[in-house]
Amino acid sequence: MTTAVDTKKLTMVQAVTDGMRVMMKEHENVIVLGEDVGQNGGVFRATDGLVSEFGEKRVIDTPLAESGIIGTSIGLAMNGFKPIAEMQFLGFIYPAFNQIMTHASRIRARTLGHFTVPMVIRAPFGAGVRAPEIHSDSVEALFTGMPGMKVVVPSNPYDAKGMLISAIEDPDPVLFLEPMRCYRSTKMDVPEGKYNVPLGKAARLQEGSDVSVFAYGAMIDVVTKAAKSAEEKGIKCDVIDLRTLYPLDKDMIAESVQKTGRAVIVHEAPGTGGLGETIMSLINDTSFLYMKAPVERVTGFDTPVPMFALEDHYLPSADRVVQAIEKVTQF
Amino acid sequence: MEKLFPKLQIINENGEWNDETYRSEITEELTKELYKKMLRSRLFDRKGVNLQRQGRIGTYVPFEGQEASQIGSALAMGEGDWMFPTYRDHAATMTFGHSLKTLFLYWKGRQEGCIPPEGKNIFPPAVPIASQLLHATGTAWAEKLKGTDRASIVYFGDGATSEGDFHEGLNFASVFNAPVVFFNQNNGFAISVPIEKQMKSKTIAQKAVAYEMEGVRLDGNDVFAVYFHTRTAVERARKGEGPTLIESVTWRYGAHTTADDPSKYRDQNESATRREKTDPILRLERFMKNENIWDEKWAEELHESLTAEIEAAVKEMEETPAPHYNDVFDHVFAENPWPIESQKEAYAHSRGDR
Ligand SMILES: Cc1ncc(C[n+]2csc(CCOP(=O)(O)OP(=O)(O)O)c2C)c(N)n1
Repeated sequence: MTTAVDTKKLTMVQAVTDGMRVMMKEHENVIVLGEDVGQNGGVFRATDGLVSEFGEKRVIDTPLAESGIIGTSIGLAMNGFKPIAEMQFLGFIYPAFNQIMTHASRIRARTLGHFTVPMVIRAPFGAGVRAPEIHSDSVEALFTGMPGMKVVVPSNPYDAKGMLISAIEDPDPVLFLEPMRCYRSTKMDVPEGKYNVPLGKAARLQEGSDVSVFAYGAMIDVVTKAAKSAEEKGIKCDVIDLRTLYPLDKDMIAESVQKTGRAVIVHEAPGTGGLGETIMSLINDTSFLYMKAPVERVTGFDTPVPMFALEDHYLPSADRVVQAIEKVTQF
Repeated sequence: MEKLFPKLQIINENGEWNDETYRSEITEELTKELYKKMLRSRLFDRKGVNLQRQGRIGTYVPFEGQEASQIGSALAMGEGDWMFPTYRDHAATMTFGHSLKTLFLYWKGRQEGCIPPEGKNIFPPAVPIASQLLHATGTAWAEKLKGTDRASIVYFGDGATSEGDFHEGLNFASVFNAPVVFFNQNNGFAISVPIEKQMKSKTIAQKAVAYEMEGVRLDGNDVFAVYFHTRTAVERARKGEGPTLIESVTWRYGAHTTADDPSKYRDQNESATRREKTDPILRLERFMKNENIWDEKWAEELHESLTAEIEAAVKEMEETPAPHYNDVFDHVFAENPWPIESQKEAYAHSRGDR
């Protein structure tokens, strides 16, 4: 292939904006709605400029009501629109939980495919930015445990745009989680037009033969650092960015652990009921006889995310990940 | 509806009498007390913004411009009553008993900032919009069931009236005749969204009609109007006459939070004009001058002593020792269940502490 693609250096939050812009240009029925998404361009500027480009009929400041935003988006989606609903923070999605759980995720099943809800819910999430209380919750597992929802978490600008486009094209409801800590942490070359990063596919960030390290979102940065320290100690990590949390990329997970025989899973959400447990059961189902050590998890605790004076204790650190890597290799 | 719910005022923008009903109660002492409390909170607020800019605390939520609404209403509450503030209501909570140190600790990301002083029923600030209205209704209902005459007051913004919890809170309070005062501070904006985009109704007070309760609309920058009309609502609640919805019309001069830029969504000249015309503290000063109870020296000394008090609180906040990480684990349940206990041990171990 020789075709050069024009690219722009973008942060993740700019890449998200770009993903929406590309799809709104292409499809009249794609609309954006939420609190402060219009003139203000969203509290993180994720919808910056969209209202001047597409007008107030397609970029809509709604009243302050999450259940209202999601409930009406369900109606809009059932009736020809493709709503991209912004939750200002994932920690404020709870008033909408009822709508997502009892309707968005199961209308297709309830009507044997007669009615569907092709919508995207975007939400910034995660700790580590010294945000006030509740703003930092990582409750992705509430949604991966919800039948009928796809849940995705990009960790870099390129994936963010490509996965958002795939989410918008997806015929089912997708929860698109944006780690706040990654919003402006790096810039990356991002193609200008439309491209897809498929949902359901993990990405191998680093090839290694000793231990498989699984993470997503803001934890990618932490595990990348940990893998580097491990390498200095002679341990080679196979680092996998899961990217889609439901459905998980079962094939890549199995392929990786069958090669290394060891696994460390890292997420900042609470350990109990977290994604780590699901991944462990996948490893058990697919690769039990390949394993040389019990799987280790480094996760947030079964506690509310504390206020920021304590949040560094809550968040998995590279040190803790390195300790887990050493533990599985020394087993 | 605006005619049915006029904006009640006791003194106007020039500090002149508009309604003399409470004249005998508006003493020099009360006036000076209100002035002091408003100035104290304003100086605190400016300090909060400065500390955030210097990186000495985290994101801060300013309330400058809303002092009269918060202080007049908080002062109308009595010993043993309940208060349910939002993240913006530190003027109300400091008036009701929170220490300045505690308030600063909250914005420093310290859990201690959620703990009220002994004997004060102040709930931690509500961060999810409108969720606290139901708690206020619940505590008020409990007082009624217990046969006391205590009441609850709950603060919320104009944006909050769009949430389901607002309507559920009012409906429950109405059905159970709970002694609660719903105190709305209509500061015109929910972050960037002006009230005209938030709701089609012209007033918030009129929403009381749907719940068959008293609705009151008042000038939220007139501290006397706020104090006396809230007091009436509290008295009504205590007598078993049910809840009241108060709409206190005010304005926030500055940003929604220190992370927000208001010039993105509104003309900040409006704030500048309001500082000169409708400012709650300036209005009281004008009133005191009109009544010949203004004393330049008193005002200067007050300014100095309040500044000293605030600086002392900042010092106390900054000298508070760092929290121990066990605070993450030890207060989730009365007794740690095994998963938390083993996570706590593993964490200590990972740090080489055990
Ligand atoms: C359930 C929920 N959704 C969104 C937010 C984010 N948020 C914080 S303050 C705010 C605006 C609130 O406006 P208003 O109720 O008028 O109160 P004000 O901030 O003006 O005092 C929003 C949308 C939140 N805290 N909680």
